[in-house]
Amino acid sequence: MDMQAAKKKLGLKERYAVMTRGLDWTPSYQKMEDIYPYVAYEGIKIHDWDKWEDPFRLTMDAYWKYQAEKERKLYAIIDAFNQNNGHLNVTDARYINAVKLFISGISPLEYVAHRGFAHAGRAFPGPGPRVACLMQSIDEIRHAQTQVHSISNYNKYYNGMHDFHHAHDRVWFLSVPKSFFDDALTAGPFEFMVAIGFSFEYVLTNLLFVPFVSGAAYNGDMGTMTFGFSAQSDEARHMTLGLEVIKFILEQDPANVPIVQRWIDKWTWRGYRVLTLVAMMMDYMLPKRTMSWKEAWEIYFEENGGALFKDLARYGITMPKCAGQIALEKDHLSHQAWSTFYNYAAAANFHTWMPDDDEMKWLASKYPDSFDKLYRPRYRFWREQAAKGNRFYSKTLPMLCQVCQIPMVFTEPGEPTKTCYREVDYRDDKYHFCSDHCKKIFEDEPEKYTQAWLPVHQIYQGNCFPEGSDPTAEGFDPLAEVLKFYNLEHGRDNLDFEISEDRKNFAEWRGQATRNI
Amino acid sequence: MSTVFIALQTNEETRQVIEAIVQDNPDAVVNEQPAMVKIDAQDRLVIRRETIEELIGRPFDLQELQVNLITMTGNLDQTDDEMVLYWNA
Repeated sequence: MDMQAAKKKLGLKERYAVMTRGLDWTPSYQKMEDIYPYVAYEGIKIHDWDKWEDPFRLTMDAYWKYQAEKERKLYAIIDAFNQNNGHLNVTDARYINAVKLFISGISPLEYVAHRGFAHAGRAFPGPGPRVACLMQSIDEIRHAQTQVHSISNYNKYYNGMHDFHHAHDRVWFLSVPKSFFDDALTAGPFEFMVAIGFSFEYVLTNLLFVPFVSGAAYNGDMGTMTFGFSAQSDEARHMTLGLEVIKFILEQDPANVPIVQRWIDKWTWRGYRVLTLVAMMMDYMLPKRTMSWKEAWEIYFEENGGALFKDLARYGITMPKCAGQIALEKDHLSHQAWSTFYNYAAAANFHTWMPDDDEMKWLASKYPDSFDKLYRPRYRFWREQAAKGNRFYSKTLPMLCQVCQIPMVFTEPGEPTKTCYREVDYRDDKYHFCSDHCKKIFEDEPEKYTQAWLPVHQIYQGNCFPEGSDPTAEGFDPLAEVLKFYNLEHGRDNLDFEISEDRKNFAEWRGQATRNI
Repeated sequence: MSTVFIALQTNEETRQVIEAIVQDNPDAVVNEQPAMVKIDAQDRLVIRRETIEELIGRPFDLQELQVNLITMTGNLDQTDDEMVLYWNA
């Protein structure tokens, strides 16, 4: 009997070529532009789609194999976490507010990213990017699902997470991440790829996931750490693809360079503004800190982004201009954001608090140029007021930036005691901006941004009250009605951590977990 | 000179992978952070299948790294035998 000689396996490069090339055909009775209607209007010129190569050379069969392994690991840990009352092992109950911010602010974006990559993949006539977009689209829906599954265990015990998707579509500050992704999703497929694949995934995502996940690990949150790591293993691939996208587009035609540069400038700034939420999470919401926002920015943007833009210089791409302003803001961003949320704690789906003395010491050591001078006196005053029973909750509505939708709380670059305002007259209306960069984005595409759904405007127009409520009735309480519209319960889901049910329950349950009562 | 890095979860599967990376990149700097290890190198970092296989004593597919990968930076080139991260500039 003859021995069957084992056929030599194909190498990685050949396997990738076989499974991602030659999958297309030339249409005979439909026009290419009818099949791919979005590929030309942005002005990007592509001459050879086959030049696109996934540097991981991941093929669908290998993709399923490794994703299945990630899922098995993840769900085993989630089960163990839940079975062991893992939620009682977090450093203290304040930490859970970071989880609330994540599920209502970030997880819904994962779902939208899933839709975005499915849409972009469909729009490209090249099979290489289509396969990559397909994988990323499936990754993103996996992230949304695993985050919902992991965090659902917290929802059994703590407030504010019960209707996170409803909140994402309505709550004032959640319009910041929501509008960011809606903006990307409604752009053309190439801009979407530069916005999300490159600017967000490659340039900024490390600032979201690495400190958040490391922070979860430091604060005893095994559930979040595990879904974070599981998602992050996909992110590494997304980042690589993001860089590949840029190089591919730039190498195809020199006319693409200025278009891509404008998108990089725009989306680095847009993404950075969204990361304001992460900045305050890192500096204020983790009871046990990993690193400051400023340190993370220096490592992951200034150092790593510096290397990246140096590498891209050969195509004529330069560091986004906004980097200069961001550098000036890094001593202030998280403090200004936390102050805002402290004031608006009556209208949010999580609790805020004033840092204790040790935490102020930490903040002062990480922000020697700004904290003691500008922010400690403010916090000390608020703490004194709270001790006297005057914990302040702002019930008026702030002016929002038309582009990033953040209340106009940021200060002039280099002048941290002067609020920054910019405005533009367009048609018969006046539009307001938090910065030169948001203003510039508006001026480039005013037709798009005049359509923004700004929560404050919508409340004033009466669009954010439950059906049947009458704003003209005597004693009408607008904040109470808006909270009903958000499906948040006043006194339970909002206000200061000190008086929260979360704090009380956590202390009681932790006591029960260590004693026999 | 620019820094390239790769970050892996801290676990039993990555322990020897990290050892292999250090062997193949003598100048690499290993930073241990909560639940993760970040390895920095100047301009270029190489991960070799053979070195890992010698240390773990079984065949290893470099794509297995995907399971424990957290983040990385630089241009990537992956083949059956090695995974290289590099900056051109």
